[in-house]
Amino acid sequence: MAAFLEVKDLVKHYRGAKAVDGISFHIRQGLCFGLLGPNGAGKTTTVEMLEGVTAPTSGEILYKSEPLGPRFRQEAGIMFQTTALQDFITVRETLEMFRRFYRDTAALDVVVEQCSLSEFLDRDTRRLSGGQRQRLLLAIALINNPEVMFLDEPTTGLDPQARRNFWGLVETIKARGKTIVLTTHYMEEAYTLCDEIAIVDHGRIIAQGTPRQLLAAHFNDVILQLPQQDYTPAGDEFDLPVLQHRGMIEIATPDVNGAIRKLMARGVSLAHLRIRERTLEDLFLELTGTELRA
Amino acid sequence: MTFSRFGAVLRARNREFLRDRSALVWNIVLPAVIVLGFAFAFSGDPPNAYKVGVYGQAGDGPAAAFMRTDHIDFIPLADAKAAIIKVERHQLDLLLDLEQERYWVNDESPRGYILERVLAGTGSAGLARRQVSGASVPYVDWLIPGVLGMNMMFSSLFGVGYVIVRYRKNGVLKRLKATPLTAFEFLAAQVVSRLWLIMSITVLIFIGTDLIIGFTMYGSYLNLALVFTLGAVSMISLGLLIAARTASEELAGGLLNAIGWPMMALSGVWFSLEGLHPWLQKLALIFPLTHVTTAAREVMLDGAGLSAIAAELMTLSAMSAVLLVIGSYAFRWQ
Repeated sequence: MAAFLEVKDLVKHYRGAKAVDGISFHIRQGLCFGLLGPNGAGKTTTVEMLEGVTAPTSGEILYKSEPLGPRFRQEAGIMFQTTALQDFITVRETLEMFRRFYRDTAALDVVVEQCSLSEFLDRDTRRLSGGQRQRLLLAIALINNPEVMFLDEPTTGLDPQARRNFWGLVETIKARGKTIVLTTHYMEEAYTLCDEIAIVDHGRIIAQGTPRQLLAAHFNDVILQLPQQDYTPAGDEFDLPVLQHRGMIEIATPDVNGAIRKLMARGVSLAHLRIRERTLEDLFLELTGTELRA
Repeated sequence: MTFSRFGAVLRARNREFLRDRSALVWNIVLPAVIVLGFAFAFSGDPPNAYKVGVYGQAGDGPAAAFMRTDHIDFIPLADAKAAIIKVERHQLDLLLDLEQERYWVNDESPRGYILERVLAGTGSAGLARRQVSGASVPYVDWLIPGVLGMNMMFSSLFGVGYVIVRYRKNGVLKRLKATPLTAFEFLAAQVVSRLWLIMSITVLIFIGTDLIIGFTMYGSYLNLALVFTLGAVSMISLGLLIAARTASEELAGGLLNAIGWPMMALSGVWFSLEGLHPWLQKLALIFPLTHVTTAAREVMLDGAGLSAIAAELMTLSAMSAVLLVIGSYAFRWQ
């Protein structure tokens, strides 16, 4: 089966610097594909080339086996990382304006309901809160009943509650079979929403697969966490790797029972012991040697 | 072009402008203040020196000594009929026809009377006297068409050029680029939105100024509307061209000023171009405002019909087409 969206050897240079350095992947219809990476990794440049707003230096992008063209414009819904809207017009008027740009459109009240806009439908767009604004931008991206949606860091700057509400909206869209391309530097967001992810750093894909596949491929252990004050190093060698991280001691081990026995033998208090699975954050640290830079 | 998309952008732009109270008031009040201010300031006699039109080649004829007189502007003219009308309207104080060895003077013009005495004192016995009559056109009447055109020029250049640069800078254009909207549809909506605004304001100022100070209007209002419409489209198109790629409001402001101020100075708004160096007269023809001012004056002061202003109308149409095509071609969303 042909890929819904296919990217072949995509390159983008900016004044001699390579922002994207030969990226290739394909996205199947109906999946949420995540591009992960720190700021400056090249994910926004990549997604803007996919959206057709930035021309690649070289490489090819095919939508339904065709180069991006008028059909793609009609069928794509786009939410940029930052978008300014025209001043002095209301939420309703903004949606009506964008609705007139397309041949096939979603009913206005359906989009309003879906994105919970009814409370501020007649409010000037300049007077929206951060979360309300993101919901409006998502509604604009949905107004043409798109087959593919591009969400570029849609929850950056939102508070945790607004972020979780937004995830709920995206889950609803996913459930309707839309194909979604999501960029984010929130690993939890990627893990929750994405069926497949590509981790990008320095303009290249450094790992790709489903979140579970990637974690399984790189880790066979779990992390034991203890408050730093509870961990008292003894003189003898402790044969498990110990890391200090944000006031906590982290011990990576495939053998939880064995590790706990060793800690008890050293007289370490286990009152505040926590055991967590490996996350995409760990994967990124493993792959790049750096933490995700927000 | 899809009218649904064009109409959507047009409506949004109109709403944005009409709801921005400060911009709206500024766009109406400022031109009115400028027109009325200049009308009152220049309601007296024109500040120029004596003006003598000269038709035909100067040589050693009977007017040679007169033409060596200081403090008189001798202005070469190619159209004797048009020049005689200018004498009737007091736009020329005297006209020398060197081919027929005669001169024309308006018997109601004090300045013409004085020049005739000077002419007699320099030995002009060989020149035949021709007399015309007619009340003078006050300087303010002569000034009004140009000042109306000047307001249109600033509103066109800054109202369109600046807005597009702002849209580009804050990302509005980038968002629109990601839709099926074409550059031509977007630009056409900007032209139409600004055009109706400029025409509405010009009509308001025209009526208001006429009610307050009154001025001459011999020609057809429809012809004048046509002149102003074509003039506004050409100047809006110029604004679009300047904003086609610029992403900096500072640079756009500099470019708009660099074009706007010379255009205002050299388009014959304040003084007749006839007294300018021929090189500057030719340079002035590249400015749409020159053609707007000339045609509007001909309609308002001379009662000119469409055939008389056809050259200006065609020039403005051609300028609009060329500027719009280049502007659309050069336009970048980002």
